[in-house]
Amino acid sequence: MKTEPSAADEFVKGLWRENPVFVQVLGMCPVLAVSNTAMNALAMGLATTFVMFMSNTLVATLRHVIPKQVRIATYILIIATFVTIVDYAIEAISLELHAALGAFIALIVVNCLILGRAEAFASKHTVPRAMLDGLGMGVGFTFALFCLGAVRELLGNGSLFGVAVLPAAFEPWIVMILPGGGFFTLAAWLLFINYLKRRDAERAALAEAAR
Amino acid sequence: MNEQPLWSIFVNAALVNNFVLAYFLGICPFLGVSAKVETAVRMGGAVTFVMLVSSVCAFAIHRILIAIGAPFLELIAFIAVIASTVQLVEMFIKKTSPALFRALGIFLPLITTNCAILGLALFQTNKGYNFVQALFYALGAGAGFMLALLLMAGIREKLEFADMPDAVQGTAIALIVAGILSLTFMGFGGLGA
Repeated sequence: MKTEPSAADEFVKGLWRENPVFVQVLGMCPVLAVSNTAMNALAMGLATTFVMFMSNTLVATLRHVIPKQVRIATYILIIATFVTIVDYAIEAISLELHAALGAFIALIVVNCLILGRAEAFASKHTVPRAMLDGLGMGVGFTFALFCLGAVRELLGNGSLFGVAVLPAAFEPWIVMILPGGGFFTLAAWLLFINYLKRRDAERAALAEAAR
Repeated sequence: MNEQPLWSIFVNAALVNNFVLAYFLGICPFLGVSAKVETAVRMGGAVTFVMLVSSVCAFAIHRILIAIGAPFLELIAFIAVIASTVQLVEMFIKKTSPALFRALGIFLPLITTNCAILGLALFQTNKGYNFVQALFYALGAGAGFMLALLLMAGIREKLEFADMPDAVQGTAIALIVAGILSLTFMGFGGLGA
């Protein structure tokens, strides 16, 4: 039998090595749609993390009870329940944020990342592990969203979290706030990460050759 | 009630506010199924069809939930009904037209988790469209999805023979192409307003 990865590893893998956005390229719709400012990106990331954590926990708890044939439908209902809670919670906390995120809070239901984790991980592992996995993936997702949101807000608006940081002489790149900018920013991040990966692989190959 | 003329709803959903390139809905199938023109056409057809069916369902659900005073169940009801509709449609097509069923293949079940479908149901409710308007909205959204998918697939088939640096290949180049397409579609802004 394979050795079980440590509990810390279940959490850490979501941050970088199996980062949901940069490596697995899952859950793209909200990533591109709400990452036009750092604040929206952070809020969306936190909402998704909460839903993923709760649904992973519940799916892992019920994994022996849910019949195999209807498992996907059950997962979706579980996820939809938590999304409804988050939707109403955000509306109660900040109407402004609720308006900015719009229908994308409700659309967390069909985020393939959450369903993917429920099916691929939570349904096969114990509750504590599923919780750690959900949390790790959520934090990784939030991190990626923030990376995009920060770049887009900085270049498109000259500000970060609504505070102007670039000098007034800076001409904002309007395109970064527009939908096209979302695609370009994500493409740039993927390029950067591809570059890092290739560099690491080359170094490993060199070290191998030197030995 | 919303008094927007029908042609304006159609043009808006298909071009100006294209679901894929302006609202970022259905990006997963957009990136996943756009490698070949033929599969792109099939996927587009399947999505348009399911959009029409679920648009009708969503319209009915919204009315029922308002009538019984339980709007907080809307999201759960929408997704449950969309999922079962897709299942039903799949069974129906399998029975009546095996050829079409084989053509659609894996795409039909995948549509359940396509956010464009749920997004359509939510948007049409938010905008307060009446029944006919909702139908045209669904048609426009489906046509827009098909158009975006086709354009993307056409470009990607060409890209296969292009000489590119290794690091750009795969998702990165697809995203850059999508970005340029998205900028292009912004040229439709103001049409049908």
